Amino acid sequence: MGRFALGIAATFAAATMAVAEGAIAPGDVEYDEYGAVAASLTGVAGDAENGKLLMNKGAGNCIACHAVSALSELSFHGEIGPMLDGVADRWTEADLRGIVANAKVMFDGTMMPSFYKTTGYTRPGDAYTGKAAQGELAPLLTAQEVEDVVAYLMTLKET
Amino acid sequence: MKRTTLTAIALAMVTGPAMADPDADALVVNGEIEMVTEASAPAHLEGALKTVYSGWRFRSDETQAVQMDDFDNPGMLGVEVALDAWTEVAGTEGESCASCHGSPEEMAGVSATYPKWDAAAGEVQTLTMQMNECRTERMGAEPYAYDKGDAINMTALLTSVSRGMPMSVAIDGPAAETWEMGKELYYTRFGQLELSCANCHEDNYGMMIRADHLSQGQINGFPTYRLKNTKLNGVHSRFKGCIRDTRAETFAPGSPELIALELYVASRSNGLSVEGPSVRN
Repeated sequence: MGRFALGIAATFAAATMAVAEGAIAPGDVEYDEYGAVAASLTGVAGDAENGKLLMNKGAGNCIACHAVSALSELSFHGEIGPMLDGVADRWTEADLRGIVANAKVMFDGTMMPSFYKTTGYTRPGDAYTGKAAQGELAPLLTAQEVEDVVAYLMTLKET
Repeated sequence: MKRTTLTAIALAMVTGPAMADPDADALVVNGEIEMVTEASAPAHLEGALKTVYSGWRFRSDETQAVQMDDFDNPGMLGVEVALDAWTEVAGTEGESCASCHGSPEEMAGVSATYPKWDAAAGEVQTLTMQMNECRTERMGAEPYAYDKGDAINMTALLTSVSRGMPMSVAIDGPAAETWEMGKELYYTRFGQLELSCANCHEDNYGMMIRADHLSQGQINGFPTYRLKNTKLNGVHSRFKGCIRDTRAETFAPGSPELIALELYVASRSNGLSVEGPSVRN
């Protein structure tokens, strides 16, 4: 991505969030024909420990829909999406990055929210206030948080 | 801990049979009102649902029990308050509800047909709107604030006398246009989480979403006493909360969108018993 594109994206995003310097903006993420994203969104290795925290809280809250045996100390895992045990055996890092960033590219019509996307919404709100969003939306997860979640998912191996 | 034990615990926690699908319990209120909590889906749901279930069937035994006796059901306190208001003269015309309608029991069956087309007004009206039309047009009184205490209590009185009767909301004729609008809203994926009513309540009912056991989102039990906020809740307030939780700009109680959505969702409940005031979590 050229500096020019980055500059424009950063300008749009400035109202509500700053895309970390060097991070790929949500609108510039390159998905392959299957919906995978090969390149790191930040160039900084994901922190699996922080990814583990995001599985349970904040805008991550992955276990609201997915069960993870390795997180069995946490209560109330959901059943909406597939169980994530062994997910790193079934998918590549690029696949998982694409799924976390915007699963709808790989799975058309999936219920899974798009965690690194800022446009294309119907009546977007200002978080959970019920009021209209002010200015450009921030993505549900930052670029580095996406990398952190992917790094954690890559630890979920059964073989 | 050994890995096998850990896995067994995790499996028990997330896939226990108690959490899947509606339970098999029967709802009888006060030992005498037999509720239909499971019915063949109305014809308009062909291809979407085969069977409709009351939300009561998705709640825990403890929550279910609270609705089974009016002395335990806190929603009946609102009915008591409305009973006093029923005979109270309000407004400039010297009228009360009772002066036209007699006893509340004479209204049995009325709530089961709402929302419905009102020819004189030329629009689909909810029970709350009809109630307020009575107040402003016949009684010369101020309308109740939509979904607020007085309005909710009075709707609870009106549903309580219809309990056990089947929901039978008309969707054809002049109501069809509003019904179509409601249906479109039902399937619209709102907000930053891009969730429609159908994502949770048609495609995934019976599943757990974090600690929440998803029901079909039927509204035959409204107004609903929620243990979560310890008060009677109106349908529109519930819709508003759900849409807010998709990280969307929500709609206001009494808005054309929520009137249309209420008509559509009520029609999905056709065949289930009126349960209001029900008890949920």
